[in-house]
Amino acid sequence: MGEFKVHRVRFFNYVPSGIRCVAYNNQSNRLAVSRTDGTVEVYNLSANYFQEKFFPGHESRATEALCWAEGQRLFSAGLNGEIMEYDLQALNIKYAVDVFGGPIWSMAVSPSGSQLLVSKQLLVGCEDGSVKLFQITPDKIQFERNFDRQKSRILSLSWHPSGTHIAAGSIDYISVFDVKSGSAIHKMIVDRQHMGVSKRKCIVWGVAFLSDGTVISVDSAGKVQFWDSATGTLVKSHLIANADVQSIAVAEQEDSFVVGTAEGTVFHFQLVPVTSNSSEKQWVRTKPFQHHTHDVRTVAHSPTALISGGTDTHLVIRPLMEKVEVKNYDAALRKITFPHRRLISCSKKRQLLLFQFAHHLELWRLGSTVATGKNGDTLPLSKNADHLLHLKTKGPENIICSCISPCGSWIAYSTVSRFFLYRLNYEHDNISLKRVSKMPPFLRCALQILFSEDSTKLFVASNQGALHIVQLSGGSFKHLHAFQPQSGTVEAMCLLAVSSDGNWLAASGTSAGVHVYNVKQLKVFEYSIPDKQYTDWSRTVQKQGFHHLWLQRDTPITHISFHPKRPMHILLHDAYMFCIIDKSLPLPNDKTLLYNPFPPTNESDVVRRRTAHAFKISKIYKPLLFMDLLDERTLVAVERPLDDIIAQLPPPIKKKKFGT
Amino acid sequence: MVSDQKPLGSWSVKQGQIITCPAVCNFQTREYIVVHDNKVLRIWNNEDVNLDKVFKATLSAEVYRILSVQGTEPLVLFKEGAVRGLEALLADPQQKIETVISDEEVIKWTKFFIVFRHPVLIFITEKHGNYFAYVQMFNSRILTKYTLLLGQDENSVIESFTASVDRKFISLMSLSSDGCIYETLIPIRPTDPEKNQTLVRSLLLKAVVSGNTRNGVALTALDQDHIAVLGSPQAASKECLSVWNIKFQTLQTSKELPQGTSGQLWYYGENLFMLHGKSLTVIPYKCEVSSLAGALGKLKHGQDPGTHVMPRFVNWETPQGCGLGFQNSEQSRRIEDSEKHIEVEVRKFLALKQTPDFHTVIGDTVTGLLERCKAEPSFYPRNCLVQLIQTHVLSYSLCPDLMEIALIKKDVQLLQLCLQQFPDIPESVTCACLKIFLSIGDDSLQETDVSMESVFDYSNSVHDEKMEEQTEILQNGFSPEEDKCSNCDQELNKKPQDETKESTSCPVVPKRAALLNAILHSAYSETFLLPHLKDIPAQHITLFLKYLYFLYLKCSENATMTLPGINPPTLNQIMDWICLLLDANFTVVVMMPEAKRLLINLYKLVKSQISVYSELNKIEVSFRELQKLNQEKNNRGLYSIEVLELF
Repeated sequence: MGEFKVHRVRFFNYVPSGIRCVAYNNQSNRLAVSRTDGTVEVYNLSANYFQEKFFPGHESRATEALCWAEGQRLFSAGLNGEIMEYDLQALNIKYAVDVFGGPIWSMAVSPSGSQLLVSKQLLVGCEDGSVKLFQITPDKIQFERNFDRQKSRILSLSWHPSGTHIAAGSIDYISVFDVKSGSAIHKMIVDRQHMGVSKRKCIVWGVAFLSDGTVISVDSAGKVQFWDSATGTLVKSHLIANADVQSIAVAEQEDSFVVGTAEGTVFHFQLVPVTSNSSEKQWVRTKPFQHHTHDVRTVAHSPTALISGGTDTHLVIRPLMEKVEVKNYDAALRKITFPHRRLISCSKKRQLLLFQFAHHLELWRLGSTVATGKNGDTLPLSKNADHLLHLKTKGPENIICSCISPCGSWIAYSTVSRFFLYRLNYEHDNISLKRVSKMPPFLRCALQILFSEDSTKLFVASNQGALHIVQLSGGSFKHLHAFQPQSGTVEAMCLLAVSSDGNWLAASGTSAGVHVYNVKQLKVFEYSIPDKQYTDWSRTVQKQGFHHLWLQRDTPITHISFHPKRPMHILLHDAYMFCIIDKSLPLPNDKTLLYNPFPPTNESDVVRRRTAHAFKISKIYKPLLFMDLLDERTLVAVERPLDDIIAQLPPPIKKKKFGT
Repeated sequence: MVSDQKPLGSWSVKQGQIITCPAVCNFQTREYIVVHDNKVLRIWNNEDVNLDKVFKATLSAEVYRILSVQGTEPLVLFKEGAVRGLEALLADPQQKIETVISDEEVIKWTKFFIVFRHPVLIFITEKHGNYFAYVQMFNSRILTKYTLLLGQDENSVIESFTASVDRKFISLMSLSSDGCIYETLIPIRPTDPEKNQTLVRSLLLKAVVSGNTRNGVALTALDQDHIAVLGSPQAASKECLSVWNIKFQTLQTSKELPQGTSGQLWYYGENLFMLHGKSLTVIPYKCEVSSLAGALGKLKHGQDPGTHVMPRFVNWETPQGCGLGFQNSEQSRRIEDSEKHIEVEVRKFLALKQTPDFHTVIGDTVTGLLERCKAEPSFYPRNCLVQLIQTHVLSYSLCPDLMEIALIKKDVQLLQLCLQQFPDIPESVTCACLKIFLSIGDDSLQETDVSMESVFDYSNSVHDEKMEEQTEILQNGFSPEEDKCSNCDQELNKKPQDETKESTSCPVVPKRAALLNAILHSAYSETFLLPHLKDIPAQHITLFLKYLYFLYLKCSENATMTLPGINPPTLNQIMDWICLLLDANFTVVVMMPEAKRLLINLYKLVKSQISVYSELNKIEVSFRELQKLNQEKNNRGLYSIEVLELF
């Protein structure tokens, strides 16, 4: 395979937003995650936790609550006072409804087991102390009525599984409402005392209503409390933290629940028999987990795992060993920090990197060296990397996607409402930037942008399922063609690839079908995954199967590219490794060593040739956000060390260590 | 106080209707009864939601109160003084109700008793400043009327009533506007029911509440000897709930109610109920059997010297040595009397803590007492000294003689108290205490009353034996290597039973353990303590070491390395004392054959401790190195070009 010069880039100063809410969907085994910048992501837990959908954030939208309804509908509510529904097909916001109650702090969908309700209902708790009930209609939501107004904001809500009552957590108290009458039947005052000191206020961050009438509350005084909703009295109290307990989630069977604290600890509570073979059961705090450094703002409980997220931006999925039947990689702890979509694009010709942030783009030129060295050497730089450009967006919307052309003279990016195209001019060391005006409105809200290899064509995948081809020449553009989606589908295209000669364009949508378009003749050829049109190589792979360690990898491949000069080589990478597959070499079987970080030393050429296989793997660079071939012998790798991210987060709550 | 409990049910009448009589529970049917608009009776139960839809009876006369006690049907008392059973009334709600009391006579208060299984109703009426009591017997249907004579203070208004019942009398207590409580005894069986009789009231307690405040005073009898009073003790002070012992005229306890009360107070089943601010406050209160000692011990401020009856009660139940003591000479009687007298005076003084020169007075008192102790060897006001030490204001340097005298008297209880309270005991004195604690006989220890707070009951044998096996193998999570100590192990294994016995049972009696724990808790400086430790006899040193080793074994039974109980010695204290004792006395102890096993055990203990710590140190160093390596690796800067070869 040979030697590469690797540009090891660590100056991509990307800090993911903190996680605010997670919502687990039991039917589809998907997880919705909202972040503090308003971004909403959907992960497919069945497909290696791949982040398959993404809704860009917005400065004014602080999502405070997220929930699934009727299986596949996703709602969010936030401090702008609106409830939003997301279109999971077209990947846009279907509608937003102002509830007129001030900022919304909490939301809950009526339980599925409820017999009393004809259709599903959505409940929101607002700043002004009101609890509002909405009816979910097939295409919208409709306000139904208000519950008895409370004195202060409603921070948490939970339905009784039968749908007859709800519990609402507020400041210093919890209310229990009768859904039929909408009146508060109990008000349970939470003790403000914290370790003997009376705090100013006790905020009930989370409530959970169990079928036996128990209400579990978590509050800012570090308590997990159990209440009897029939009498409105406190049954049991666990003091678990010196700081706030901010989140709670209960398993569907109601035999276990999970809470997250501001100290970064997640506690697992389980309903266990008081003595063995006794029918009397009690809640016991069983396991503490410390996978976070900062506040755990939200938790979820899937049938097999505890899911938590918070200010430290990690999404942590901790499988419950007693619930996992097969001890495979599904039983391993997962920590997802980086988005699976592409934030970096690269101009091979000019050796430029374009970094995408929430509200700006950065353009960097890579440095160079004249020195050579052997494996593992760091070469002296003759020219360091330069920060060329800082391009800020206007308006509150986050950037959805961006791209720099291979020639380096075009930059395109898109927000929900607009599409921007810039022309770059290089004069020695000076760069001038000119915006191409009057972009057609149909290009807005592009999900993916791509330039052809010769930088003459721009391909834009819009969220309505159409693919647009734009001809670029000089400083102007011309809309060539739009491939419309097949009638009846509004599936958004989220992946694009173009062949190096510019004749073929491949696009993949959210339902995993691959469409191939002939750009010259403007015809559509479609191949779907189970089609027989695979190459010989992939048929061989199918026949022989992948190496068992390769199949056990638990992180999704985030990027694939081809060697420009050697068509037999494929480069692919995920967050922890990259791999170059040489299709000319035999595939590894289960007996061969898949990953060998050390050079073969005293083995003869024959042995070397015999053990050589197609998968060349390196795990040096991690976490790896982007990797590409600049030319035949040069690679660029963009890393983002986690320590650098932590350094930019607010300091966590100080905890005393033993004796200090 | 129960502050966050909710009412289990609440009902309301329609707007415009007024509840004119408190709701009561009919204990026989579990129903509630209330009267609104004077004449309308409502009866409902827990399931009913709307009062408007429940049973309704309109009566022909206005109701004053409905009275209900456990075990009998509720009674309805009408404003005109007539009484009916509820059943009889409901049978014909419109029946005619006779008038019992005269015009302009108003019922002020009423109470319902069961005396010898017969219901008795008493109600008090008022007419032009004159008070009348009516007692209705239900078994004989006799109504007796009494006139209450107010005595010399004719102008006072009675604010509140309460009553308790004796075998022959109803004791009616009244709180007058002059702030005093008066008692009137009403015979249950009247001598001559036809004749109008008069009753005199006698002063029971003087000035329990301020005479000025009119609102919010109430009293209720708790038992024969105790009453609870709600009101301000002095003018302009906050409202207060106080419990008084009438027999000894003392204040048992009091609690400030800063948010104000409404002058309503109830006592059911050892709980006091009152309105405090906007909440219903419940205070559990159980009356102790009234005794003078109890009354004096809880003496608080606000006591009226005029009603203090101290000298008359000479029936002291003095517990110790009374029988013998009385045979002693005149002098010892005199000393005993003066000790008692001082004790009472000190108690009185301590009750008034507010004095600004409190510290100096306490210091002077102690010095004075100690001087007399020195002069008169038989004078030893022990209780008094205990009380003074417990004020937390004394220290060793303030009264060095105190511990000296206690050491002479071998008063281990006082010494323990000093060790717990004084922050500045010199090492020599600590050591002297230790000597006494180790040498005092078990039988003399039995008589003392030392605080056992720091000692946990170590005699739960089943658990111990199981754990003991574990400590053999795994001490402190580390298994000592056997090579270096194989011979001592062999020696030990000769008598395995003996060994187990030795380490599972505490080598000292619990009282001595408590005293030794006080030593372990005391502060010391090693250099000053060591020379004094050498003076302790070797067998006592061995005993102490055995005890310390026992504590260590108990410590290592659990993961947190702590002992059970309140304020037990910590592992560090135990280890430090083991080291100290061995440092001071090793040459002596090593010569003693009976200490051999103990020394071997201690040697193993120390060795295992050292091993654990050295392992921990190793781990720490390795971790530090790893961290350093990691940092170097990460310090690569933001950009570099590297060479990579893929194989």
